[in-house]
Amino acid sequence: MDKSKIHPTPMLDVLEEGPWPSFISGFKRMRDDHPDQRINEMANSLLGQLEHSYETRKGYWKGGTVSVFGYGGGIIPRFSEVGKAFPESKEFHTLRVQPPAGNYYTTDMLNQLADSWEKYGSGMVTFHGQTGNIMFIGATTDATQHFFDEINEYGWDLGGAGPCVRTAMCCVGSARCEQSCANEMAIHRHLVNTFTDDVHRPALPYKFKFKVSGCPNDCVNSIERSDFAVIGTWRDDMKVDQSEVKEFVKAKGRQYIIDNVITRCPSNCMSLTDSDELEIDNKNCVRCMHCLNVMPKALSPGDDKGITLLIGGKRTLKIGDLMGTVIVPFMKLDTAEDYERLVEIASETIDFFAENALEHERTGEMIERIGLVNFLEGIGIDVDPNMVNHPRQSSYIRMDGWDEEAEAWFARKAEEKAAAG
Amino acid sequence: MSDKKAPPRMPIESGCPDGFQYMHPVMRKNYGQWKYHDHPRPGVLRHVAHSGDEIWTVKAGTQRILDVFTLRKLTEIGDKFADGYVRFTIRSNIEYMVADKSKVEPLIKALEDAGFVVGGTANSVAMISHTQGWLHCDIPGTDASGVVKAMMDELIDEFKNCNMPNRVHMTTSCCQINCGGQGDIAINVQHTKPPKINHDLVSNVCERPSVVARCPVAAIRPAQVNGKPSLEVDEKKCICCGACFPPCPPMQINDPEHSKLAIWVGGNHSNARGKPTFQKLVAAGIPNNPPRWPEATAIVKQILKAYREDARDWERINDWIERIGWPRFFEKTGLPFTKYHIDNWRGARNSLNASTHIRF
Repeated sequence: MDKSKIHPTPMLDVLEEGPWPSFISGFKRMRDDHPDQRINEMANSLLGQLEHSYETRKGYWKGGTVSVFGYGGGIIPRFSEVGKAFPESKEFHTLRVQPPAGNYYTTDMLNQLADSWEKYGSGMVTFHGQTGNIMFIGATTDATQHFFDEINEYGWDLGGAGPCVRTAMCCVGSARCEQSCANEMAIHRHLVNTFTDDVHRPALPYKFKFKVSGCPNDCVNSIERSDFAVIGTWRDDMKVDQSEVKEFVKAKGRQYIIDNVITRCPSNCMSLTDSDELEIDNKNCVRCMHCLNVMPKALSPGDDKGITLLIGGKRTLKIGDLMGTVIVPFMKLDTAEDYERLVEIASETIDFFAENALEHERTGEMIERIGLVNFLEGIGIDVDPNMVNHPRQSSYIRMDGWDEEAEAWFARKAEEKAAAG
Repeated sequence: MSDKKAPPRMPIESGCPDGFQYMHPVMRKNYGQWKYHDHPRPGVLRHVAHSGDEIWTVKAGTQRILDVFTLRKLTEIGDKFADGYVRFTIRSNIEYMVADKSKVEPLIKALEDAGFVVGGTANSVAMISHTQGWLHCDIPGTDASGVVKAMMDELIDEFKNCNMPNRVHMTTSCCQINCGGQGDIAINVQHTKPPKINHDLVSNVCERPSVVARCPVAAIRPAQVNGKPSLEVDEKKCICCGACFPPCPPMQINDPEHSKLAIWVGGNHSNARGKPTFQKLVAAGIPNNPPRWPEATAIVKQILKAYREDARDWERINDWIERIGWPRFFEKTGLPFTKYHIDNWRGARNSLNASTHIRF
């Protein structure tokens, strides 16, 4: 590339200093060292626009409509508002590509993606964006189609963008973690791949996200960040290896275990005996994970594993932050029928959301507006005291159907008892 | 007709690929059969399966936006020093998994020699999860990658070591939509002035009813301005949230001078000990000061210092503040408590102290 065309970047140059790896140095390598002149010019132009943003403290991208044949979403279109000054990056779209569940890659796969990306795009990529997509940042409208065609042939598909089912996310889970109580990858793929049509063709009131964590540590932030959170848990007793408990006491001291395990239990269900064994009141354990995190060798989840479902988490727009709410305290997820039931709940939820939410309203906001009970009745789920922190405080309510509801409760309890044998 | 255009290629709707096939063989073999893990040194995890098999994970921080040279450097290290299998964490760190302990030290050396930073495990300050900012977003109030690079330069020792009472997850967001998410410490843009409206463009660019509907406080009304259909904002009602800007860019909310940074603490996604918590405002009015945002970093370091000195083992920032109380948090960090810290949004009453529980 002609050196005289290089945009000066005095402010960005400062970000090449310091010990943390610098993205600016990376962009400059693409500008100066890449064999393809198209990429050199694109990187130079991008650096120029970014420097302009740093100097004026403003962003200069606007959206638009770009997709690939057959889909309505999956691309974040970006057109520059200062394209005259920085023409080689005036179209700089991002392709959102769905990673393998659990974000596992071989190095060969990454190299193959790098080869395709430098053929058509800017050569800049992020693993991953906040929703969980591989973000291929920087392609022209034309190149977007070519790049997608090439990687789609060898197994990659676009994720969601806009008011649609979004790319899902799951934790490392059973692949490497002893706390896992679920088959995260299977849940992730069963859910999101049932709704592939809703991923590619945005037609919902707003976005809808699935996230799956294998245990209540919730490493993918599903309660806070997803409309449909699936979290592994167990309902029998946690497993205690008392000889490892004794080893732990020997290594760390009795005070450490009292201060950091026993007294930290949120439901006060643990005690340390005089013989340095742990006694656990499992009926009152809320599966918070703290003691298992501190003593992973001595304590493990039980064998009767399953999942808890929470619905409606989201960040601030428009009514404020909402956490997901429990709608299924526990369900087994062992058989094909169990998975079908999970997918059925998701389908009911999305259908109800599509029909009842206002434009740009998330599932949690819809539930806030119409009340949890109306939502539960809409998707055919019975009420359960695990869904609330405490029963209602306000006396302003009509309870005309009390007798029928109470009867239904006792009938359900009798059914559950009969089913348990 | 020979010149008839070929029909466009239609996509193969394959959806999310199965990750199982791309896992390290030891992880495939022991799927769901892990017994425990330990933490031999910062940046390294050892997981032991019931079968006795071990998998060693080395975690490294990167610049997150990878150019293909950097990506190939990472894969080359994976081929040469690891077993060719990697994964990325949700905070965009790369993880290499190896079955053989003897590969760990050479792998760490190769990563560090190439400029990557090994760490981010256990009680460290993890990589800051962040957004796109000026580089790619259409509504950013600030940059993301630059803020994070500048901050991680200062916090690198806390990433490489495990000196904190528990892990610290940080996030940044370049508008109040907060795509960076909840964090133990979150650094987010806060707009401080109502949008300036470009009335010439509104009728061409915006669907006015949806802009009106987007406002959380009903401060926007349709109006005729200079004979053209436009919008007007009740500036007394406006909370400067910026929600009108995405559907209607002529509602200019970003302001080079008046868009500031604010810092929030105590967001915690985990159910460990307490229930998950949202982050709370602690500092605002911080200048949006590229290229290094030193004022924001200084406050983050102040908070980290107080947390490190005063929190007990295993306390996340929210646990620590719950134990010592908010008055002491402000005392220990030296941050001012103002009328703006008292919430007035819906449900705000639940955040007021309706008791005599007061620490003296």
